[in-house]
Amino acid sequence: MGRYIIRRLLWTVFIVLLASILTFLIFFVLPAGDPALRFAGKQPTEELIAQARVNLGLDKSLPQQYWLFLSRLIGGDEYGWPGLGYSFHTRDAVLPELIDRSRVTGSIIVGGALMWMVIGVPVGVISALKRKTFWDRGLMGICLFFISAPVFWLALLSLLIFWKHLGWLPGTGYVPFAQNPGQWFAHLILPWCILALLYAAIYARLVRANMIDVVSEDYIRTAWAKGLSPRKVVMHHELRPALAPIIALFAIDLGALVGGTIVTETVFNMQGLGNWLLIAANNNDLPVTMAVTVVVAAAVCILTLIADVLLAIIDPRVRLQ
Amino acid sequence: MSSPREGHKLLEVRDLRVHFPTEDGVVKAVDGSSFALDRGETLGVVGESGSGKSITFLTVMGLINRSSARISGSVLFEGEEIIDASAARLRDIRGKRIGMIFQDPMTSLHPMHRVGDQIAEVVLTHTGASKKEAARLAVESLAEVGMPSPETRARQYPHEFSGGMRQRAMIAMALVLKPSLLIADEPTTALDVTIQAQILELIDELKEKFNIGVVLVSHSLATIADVSQDVMVMYAGRPAELGARDQVFQDAQHPYTWGLLESVPRPDVRVERLIPIDGQPPSLITLPPGCAFSPRCRHVRPECTAAVPELRDRGSGHLDACIIEPDEKTRLREERLAALEAGA
Ligand SMILES: Nc1ncnc2c1ncn2[C@@H]1O[C@H](COP(=O)(O)OP(=O)(O)OP(=O)(O)O)[C@@H](O)[C@H]1O
Ligand SMILES: [Mg+2]
Repeated sequence: MGRYIIRRLLWTVFIVLLASILTFLIFFVLPAGDPALRFAGKQPTEELIAQARVNLGLDKSLPQQYWLFLSRLIGGDEYGWPGLGYSFHTRDAVLPELIDRSRVTGSIIVGGALMWMVIGVPVGVISALKRKTFWDRGLMGICLFFISAPVFWLALLSLLIFWKHLGWLPGTGYVPFAQNPGQWFAHLILPWCILALLYAAIYARLVRANMIDVVSEDYIRTAWAKGLSPRKVVMHHELRPALAPIIALFAIDLGALVGGTIVTETVFNMQGLGNWLLIAANNNDLPVTMAVTVVVAAAVCILTLIADVLLAIIDPRVRLQ
Repeated sequence: MSSPREGHKLLEVRDLRVHFPTEDGVVKAVDGSSFALDRGETLGVVGESGSGKSITFLTVMGLINRSSARISGSVLFEGEEIIDASAARLRDIRGKRIGMIFQDPMTSLHPMHRVGDQIAEVVLTHTGASKKEAARLAVESLAEVGMPSPETRARQYPHEFSGGMRQRAMIAMALVLKPSLLIADEPTTALDVTIQAQILELIDELKEKFNIGVVLVSHSLATIADVSQDVMVMYAGRPAELGARDQVFQDAQHPYTWGLLESVPRPDVRVERLIPIDGQPPSLITLPPGCAFSPRCRHVRPECTAAVPELRDRGSGHLDACIIEPDEKTRLREERLAALEAGA
């Protein structure tokens, strides 16, 4: 197990490097405008642009530039470790903003994920156990609604109702936990719900399908033949095999959301990573793009590693190699 | 609730019917089955796929969902009616007083739990035993079924076992609380031939040792021949023939049994080739009128389709559901054997 984890961590480093190289290449192969031009001020002269290019390091060859990025990343720079430079767009240091924005996105994702698991799994299990009844049809109908409803529309609608009309919630924006935990929670509850509803619906349908497969397995018939109570059959025999395949998916979904809660962040006016990536891409902001890429790639790799280890613990047939 | 009294059979099934209403019609999986079993006896049950063997004994276990099936008749287990027993009562019987093992040992054990824990769970569910005590009993039970190094095996997972070892583990699980009845639904069908014999021998041994009743379900008469005291041949949800082993094997009375016997290799009869029974099993939704076997029977006559034949006793507990007179049947059987030996 230990050797496996070390090997997977090395692999993670490799994937992160690969992702950063790809992002780097895409950035230069598909230029959306010269970053130096913007940097050179309102009336750019040839010299100013050239000067800006030198300042940004854009005068060097591609391999040199990448090498510079890498050595800063690993060795750190004047803003700390890992070295991520400063934004071409705002000229602010990337690292502190990355940390702030990671907190925002992290809050959204972790709360949302908790919520969608807490809702999705029981709904799926209940639907499967009450298969073809009123409850099953009702719950699955609701799921279908949330899967097909546009997140953007749901988010705006919920803001309109709970903020504007009912006045239950303080509004949009993000309040750091350290500043005011109550406000942090009040501002996040709606984004959590919006994020969770879609995923809860998807997961409920998956859990239901898995459960329905599992309940007709031979080993479940054996469990009944042992004289176990229905509760024990479900909790001790059906749930584990039904949930095991969900874990890998959960890890991938979480990882993808690290850079992907753009709609939620935009509607609720939260300065998270997804938002940032969007702005950076629009502004040819290489350092920010690279920073978010590295974080997302590392998050996906580490989350899938955790998922694989968890699965091996849950299912003895799975071998880690 | 009737309490177990002396003098009753271990298991007594009377006119059992299990009908499944479906969109295409009512599936009569079991349609008037009667038989009985005593302690210390093995009842061999044979019949083609779909003849209702599994449904019959899942009903005895109380494992058929009553909301999906219409169940009628009577199943007395140690004098206690199972058909209308409460769910809690049935749970009490399952695993503790009736153990059951299934066809495919590769899939019948939970893949994510240790074998020892799976056996111990039966003990923990039905008795007040401590975890430690339950684990000890699980190991003991594994040893009982001939598992080498049972302590180690108890800590392993099913995928670390061979097929035969898994079936042994299933038997250990079914018998850990020393029930009075063991139902084995095709316990050897999925196993290698050499392992099959070992498992049958083990079941027979344990039956003697604990003086339990055993139901041994199989597709083929050959499987049950050596270990059964009684034999029931099922066709389309009912017994076609029922009797002591020698009665059924030496003096079969039903043409369906003849067909089964002729499709089994036998040392005492030299046949050139095995004769499978012609035709397909009937639809359980629209059974043929009269005798359900009549469309496939070589000796069918007009009376056969008039009414559903009752099980009739030919003397000394040998029952069959064929209306042809015994003398006539003896003649027909001799003709068939002669034809077989001639290599027809
Ligand atoms: N829930 C159900 N709904 C409808 N029909 C069913 C249901 N369960 C079983 N049946 C039907 O009942 C019939 C008897 O099934 P059963 O499993 O008892 O056969 P079997 O004799 O055990 O066959 P095999 O040798 O293949 O195990 C089959 O034709 C099956 O299709
Ligand atoms: Mg069967």
